[in-house]
Amino acid sequence: MNTVQSVFGGQGAEGAQFLSLMTLFTVVTTIIYLLVLAYLALALWRRRRTEHTVESGDHAAEPPPQRTALIGWVALVNTGLIVLTVASFLTDRAMARTASSPALEIEIIGHQWWWDVKYTGADPSQSLETANELHLPVGVPAHITLKSADVIHSFWVPNLAGKQDLIPGRQTDISIKPTRTGLFRSQCAEFCGVQHTHMALDVTVENRADFLRWYRAGLQPAKAPTAPLAKAGYAYVMTRQCAMCHNITGTEAGSHFGPDLTHLASRRSIAAGTLPMNRGNLYGWVADPQANKPGSKMPTLGLEPNELHAVVAYLETLK
Amino acid sequence: MSAAELARDGPTLHGPELAARLERSWSRDPGLLGWLATVDHKEIGRRYLVTAFVFLALAGVLALAMRVQLARPDQNIIGAARYNEIFTMHGTTMMFLFAVPVMDAVAIYLIPLMLGTRATSFARLNAFSYYVYLAGGMLLWIAFVLNVGPDVGWFAYVPLSGPEYGVGKRADIWAQMVTFTEVAALSVAVVLTATILKQRAPGMSLDRMPLFAWAILVTSLMVIFSMPSVALASGMLLSDRLVGTQFYNPTENGDALLWQHLFWFFGHPEVYIIFLPAVGFVSEITATFCRRPVFAYPVMVMAVVAIGLLAFGLWVHHMFATGLPRVGYSFYTAASMAVAIPTGIQIFCWITTMWLGRPRFDVPFLYVVAFIVTFVIGGLTGVMVASVPLDLQLHDSYFIVAHFHYVLIGGAVFPLLGAITYWYPKVTGRLMSERLGKLSFWLLFGSFQLTFFPMHLSGMLGMPRRVYTYPAGLGLELPNFLSSIGAFIVALAFVLFIANVFLSLRRGAIAGPNPWKAGGLEWATSSPPPPYNFAHVPSVGSATPLWDGPLKWMSGLRVDEKEMLLTTVVSARPDLREPVPEPSIWPFISALALTVMFVSSIFSPWAVLFGLVPLGVALIAWFWPKQLEPTAEPVIE
Repeated sequence: MNTVQSVFGGQGAEGAQFLSLMTLFTVVTTIIYLLVLAYLALALWRRRRTEHTVESGDHAAEPPPQRTALIGWVALVNTGLIVLTVASFLTDRAMARTASSPALEIEIIGHQWWWDVKYTGADPSQSLETANELHLPVGVPAHITLKSADVIHSFWVPNLAGKQDLIPGRQTDISIKPTRTGLFRSQCAEFCGVQHTHMALDVTVENRADFLRWYRAGLQPAKAPTAPLAKAGYAYVMTRQCAMCHNITGTEAGSHFGPDLTHLASRRSIAAGTLPMNRGNLYGWVADPQANKPGSKMPTLGLEPNELHAVVAYLETLK
Repeated sequence: MSAAELARDGPTLHGPELAARLERSWSRDPGLLGWLATVDHKEIGRRYLVTAFVFLALAGVLALAMRVQLARPDQNIIGAARYNEIFTMHGTTMMFLFAVPVMDAVAIYLIPLMLGTRATSFARLNAFSYYVYLAGGMLLWIAFVLNVGPDVGWFAYVPLSGPEYGVGKRADIWAQMVTFTEVAALSVAVVLTATILKQRAPGMSLDRMPLFAWAILVTSLMVIFSMPSVALASGMLLSDRLVGTQFYNPTENGDALLWQHLFWFFGHPEVYIIFLPAVGFVSEITATFCRRPVFAYPVMVMAVVAIGLLAFGLWVHHMFATGLPRVGYSFYTAASMAVAIPTGIQIFCWITTMWLGRPRFDVPFLYVVAFIVTFVIGGLTGVMVASVPLDLQLHDSYFIVAHFHYVLIGGAVFPLLGAITYWYPKVTGRLMSERLGKLSFWLLFGSFQLTFFPMHLSGMLGMPRRVYTYPAGLGLELPNFLSSIGAFIVALAFVLFIANVFLSLRRGAIAGPNPWKAGGLEWATSSPPPPYNFAHVPSVGSATPLWDGPLKWMSGLRVDEKEMLLTTVVSARPDLREPVPEPSIWPFISALALTVMFVSSIFSPWAVLFGLVPLGVALIAWFWPKQLEPTAEPVIE
């Protein structure tokens, strides 16, 4: 059983509450189901001393015991439903409380088909923008504002919490309090177009020190490349199509149409979870995005081999 | 001078002479023109049924294509874009072109027979509805074949389906197909409502009406109240796309969520529009094969009505993740849970009927048992997703795919297959093969569970709906592989079922009027019924007239013209003699004109204006009043 994308994970404050509510529902509904099956089996295969059929001549009979049983059954079903409704309501309230007084403000903007992630502090110089990855410190309630740049998406980290849609023209939000560290996977849960499938978000829950280290590193601009090949790649990225869409902080590439690439090489995956991050996949992706993610907004540029080597070499420096 | 005022002192016919005269008045004209012009509810019902099953087969093939693609992780047999078209077509076809029309089909065929009348109300509207439905289905599938099929999901959420992101004509075709099926469904709903309320046999007061008729009455009323909502929604979508209105555009003060409210205000009742006819099937089959009426008839009726009412109060449970106020959600949680009460009552009453009676395990009854075993699982997972905290995790995951296939296949298709086996002898005069029927039943029951049970797990392991592939290593390999294997066995079971339908046309045992010794009026006429259904009007004194003494017959309707008896709404006392419309080609031509208007209005708004002209001409011809020539001595039965 996987532990990176599962509602059974329970690594968020909500996860544990979800699990206990799910258990209650499963127990109650299973009992009801078994009762139905038992009654059905008995009704079908019991030995009959008396029957009320056309052939026996009293098919209109509705004996009092069955009438009483019907009332009992309705009472039982009602009781079960009331228990479940109240439990559901109380859990919902408890979930809303667990992540109150957030210590971290994050804004996530859904795009076809990637996630723009912004850590918005009170001090603008401490604001961090990244893409397709979400780092959270364990035990700290995070408040995430959700927006969409185009169509409806849905934010869902099953290990940590339930879903929340990102709706154009509206602003929604979700609060998450991770309780255990780990690496998780999240995936857009509302059909959002041709590459809905490849719109994943890598979630990292880490201890406070690791989170701060990552955060500080993220605030740094990209380092200028030193190796000749990477320099050539840098020149290509700055002067050709790449800079039209992507931002690399510390360089002239400042567009926000596509995902931020400032620390691309430090991420776990390429193109919103389409490929795991490694050199081979970087080659594959840069050479032909449309083969890896057909319909993606990133065109296949048709780089010459020497250009491809150079661009990948440069991207690998973006740690 | 109207027909009702005519003198009735003509000759009275009996026996073969009567049958021959009725045959002459009621049979359709020969040739293609006669075939297109017929208004016989049995012919129209059969056409609906065959067409709906063709769409089922097409959508089933698409399901297999999806299961091939999902059988193993990271496959790319079907590309992303094509996959999106396929699941859109599968859902749209199953919901709009199979599930609702197939229930209409059975109702159109059976309701007049069950009520002991000779035709439906508005017989021409009924014929019209079929052609409109067929045109809508053909629009969708021809577009798919021409590679302009919709790719926005069967729910077509804006703005994905809006002008900015749904480029091309794909979303327009989806929306216009919806318009076609709405016109058809609304027409049928009106036909059935009027038939049930005004054409019941004398003595069949509301409390003696078959449960199937109750289910269809409530279903038809639900169609009348819910379809306008999606008509409005899709009309606004088309106008956003075609003439630049901004109903759904948030940047111009439109609202993307408006679509979801309108769509689900229809979409949720839609589920019960599919389920309630199945409640009717199950009730009729249970009664016949347990040899007694269903336990607690008034309670069953109230449960059906309660489901019909509650269905309109829970659409927001499709929108728990959209960030609406949480206090409001609680209401919809409670309302959604409350549906379990009438449904639970129905399950109890059916099982109690089995307890009190003596079950006979023929194929139709096996489907009832499979229905209970399967549907209750779907109902209980429905209780789970009514809870906000659970739904926020399970929503839009494969858990939901499992849930609604348990509800729709377990809750509606199993009873439908039972119903087809049960009423097949009435329609064809022959019984279906019991051996082949049992084989396909067990195959279907087992493979259904194999296909859909694992989807609960894949959903909880984080697999969202509408993805064309999934990565290895998340534990999704096994459940998806099992689902794919199961899907092919499901297909095999359906092939066997259909083979049985065709083989039994020639080889099946001759059925006679009442092969199951059932109690309803449809079994009081020959199999297959004559074009006029009944030579005389039956008169009933109970809900199961054939079980309660010899049937009484009334006479006095004309036989040299098509005529039927109208009765009062509540107590079904004879009220009026009503002429039945003669066959007419104009409903077909009107449907054709409507089709031209609808299809061309995908391309230009002016088509709505110019298209009205031929449609208007056709409708005028259709409704052109005819002078009834009074006959001095009408011939009566």
